[in-house]
Amino acid sequence: MSELVVFSVLNGLVYGMLLFMLASGLTLIFGMMGVLNFAHAAFYMLGAYFAYTISLYTGFWPGLVVAPLAVGLLGAATERYGLRRVHGFGHVAELIFTFGVAIVIGEVVQLVWGRPAKSYEGPAALDFALFHLFRSSFPAYKAFMLGISVAIFLFLLAILTRTRAGLIIQASLTHPGMVGMLGHNVPRVFMVVFGIGSALAGLAGVIAGPVLGTFPGMAQVLGSIVFVVVVIGGLGSLTGAFVASLLIGIVQTFAVALNVSVGDVAGAAGIRVASLPALHDLWRITVAQVAPILPYLLLVLVLIVRPTGLFGTRET
Amino acid sequence: MPTPTAARMISVADAARPSPLRRYGAWAAAAVALALLPHVLRAPAAVPVMNQMGIAVVFALSYNMLLGQGGMLSFGHAVYFGVGGFLAAHALNLAAQQGLWLPVPLVPIAGGLGGLLFAAIVGSFSTNRAGTVFAMISLGIAEMMAASALIFDRFFGGEEGITTNRAKAASLGGLHFTTDRDVYYLIAVWVLISAAAMYVFSLTPAGRMANAVRDNPERTEFVGYSQRWVRYVSFCASGLFAGVAGGLFAVNYEILTAENMGLNASGSVLLMTYIGGIGTFAGPILGAIVFTFLQSMLSDYTSVWLLYLGLVFLAAVLFVPVGLAGVLAMHGPAWRNQRFGRLAGPYLAAAVVTLVTLVGVIGCLEMVYFFVSAPAGQVTKQLFWLTVNVYTATPWAAFLALIVLGGLGMRWAGPRAAAAFADASLPRAAR
Repeated sequence: MSELVVFSVLNGLVYGMLLFMLASGLTLIFGMMGVLNFAHAAFYMLGAYFAYTISLYTGFWPGLVVAPLAVGLLGAATERYGLRRVHGFGHVAELIFTFGVAIVIGEVVQLVWGRPAKSYEGPAALDFALFHLFRSSFPAYKAFMLGISVAIFLFLLAILTRTRAGLIIQASLTHPGMVGMLGHNVPRVFMVVFGIGSALAGLAGVIAGPVLGTFPGMAQVLGSIVFVVVVIGGLGSLTGAFVASLLIGIVQTFAVALNVSVGDVAGAAGIRVASLPALHDLWRITVAQVAPILPYLLLVLVLIVRPTGLFGTRET
Repeated sequence: MPTPTAARMISVADAARPSPLRRYGAWAAAAVALALLPHVLRAPAAVPVMNQMGIAVVFALSYNMLLGQGGMLSFGHAVYFGVGGFLAAHALNLAAQQGLWLPVPLVPIAGGLGGLLFAAIVGSFSTNRAGTVFAMISLGIAEMMAASALIFDRFFGGEEGITTNRAKAASLGGLHFTTDRDVYYLIAVWVLISAAAMYVFSLTPAGRMANAVRDNPERTEFVGYSQRWVRYVSFCASGLFAGVAGGLFAVNYEILTAENMGLNASGSVLLMTYIGGIGTFAGPILGAIVFTFLQSMLSDYTSVWLLYLGLVFLAAVLFVPVGLAGVLAMHGPAWRNQRFGRLAGPYLAAAVVTLVTLVGVIGCLEMVYFFVSAPAGQVTKQLFWLTVNVYTATPWAAFLALIVLGGLGMRWAGPRAAAAFADASLPRAAR
């Protein structure tokens, strides 16, 4: 049991911090422009595919730097030449535009790299077990993932709270008009934040590709979950995104690891129900099967009880 | 989330349209056209595609009750379509096996009730707020239903879905639905009934208040309406008609799978409604027809048709945010001014350069696809009227040149077409 707990917590941390890398960019973009960026997960996927292609020629490490940069530039261009134009048509149009960008990126990935999954692999230097505990081992690559995402988190925190640029970004989140009056180029701030957010998503793709798989559906797998994280944490709140990422990460890894059915739980609580055929399906559902539903259930519940999310201050 | 101002202006213009006779004329013309279409279009693929279009029209209209008329952006509308469809399929099976009296023409009612019931449950908490909160709840419900469909396989049939057989149900007045054409008339009647009902709904106080809540929720509260209740009523009505569309789907295809209520299905209805235009009643109809046509035609010719659809969609959002119907509506003044002829030249020029660009883009994309996925050793591809060798530079240069030429042409012809449009739209007195 303690083996399950220790490894679920570790894996939950790795997964949660990966979610945070995506969620931080998404929540900043939302806080600033009021747009839920549907293309965010698509940029994550692009990061993985770019890094895969780079790794074919040079090995893993150059991709870690080049791929996020390329994705960031693409993101900035999307803002500059697409989103900025649509901005005048209202929020629905902006949201729908990012939805379209997500579709087009997904299709372009299939066009260029094909439908089958790519064998994108992590660096050979990290291909060993970091430590053995009980009967399981913890791969060094996962520790590397955790290290990168923690470093990014600290870096982001330092920039946002300790530098002048961070102050301007924070001010543009709440008072874009005032920031503009003070002589800052607010559209350019938007573009830069969109680019940085996309680059972070790309970086998440680079380090997650070898573990979670590099395939055309990878954006859809994480896309909705990242929305859940951002909304539960409170739209525009970095702290909220951090807490919600870890929460969702740990809840999901635990749920997947538990192979207990609803019937077992009820049985343990002393409830016995005559086996009605209609309830049969419900009765043999295991916690692991429910795992994919849990984040969305949490999302709906949080939105009903507290529409601003856990740490958010506004609804839209 | 405010809706685009242009779309709002058109819906106001719509409301001020006089002459009820004219309105009924449009409905009568639609009925006659629906009755004659299968006799005019004789291609073997025409009737199945038209069936698909009819289902899409009802679905898109029901979606626009939320997005266009109520200002509620939903990412999970296919859920109500799916629930209605599954219930209709089960009802058909019950009719065949257990002797439940349910003739085929009434099956969409079962679907509609299913959609209504589920919308009534979900709406009771999701319509408390509009905007992002509503959108995110709809996304959460959609994901939950997609995941549940694989768990509760008694109702949703797991991966295979639920199959049914319309031939085994009771008949109503000796009507039998064996061929696609039989089902076509059933769908046509239901499209007319549903579209008329939804149009009438948009004229009732409930429908008008939905517009008011979309534009200024605070003020409607002061007038004395509960914005939650207004949204709830729209939401339930929308679920009802989505369920009807689902029921029609069950009758037509005799199978429903979890995919029918997945996120992609919800995305498609958003795309078709938006392409058609959310500001007018006819917009979603046009969008559904064009989208379904593109879908069924493009997928015959190319394997990257989804990319083309995505690009069409992006172009629509970027350049025609009012949608196809909105563009048509914008040309009303020019038509009334009888200056339509002056538009022909500039529009033709714009169309030609757009076509040139399109040929270039399609050529490049198809060659990329061929380059990546063709079996080894194959170097030539049939493209438009040519056979090209993708391992030589000439075709690439030619198609890229077409893109550049077309792009330059668009920069030249675009403003001219816009100027001609502005000139033609001016009333005589102002000139």
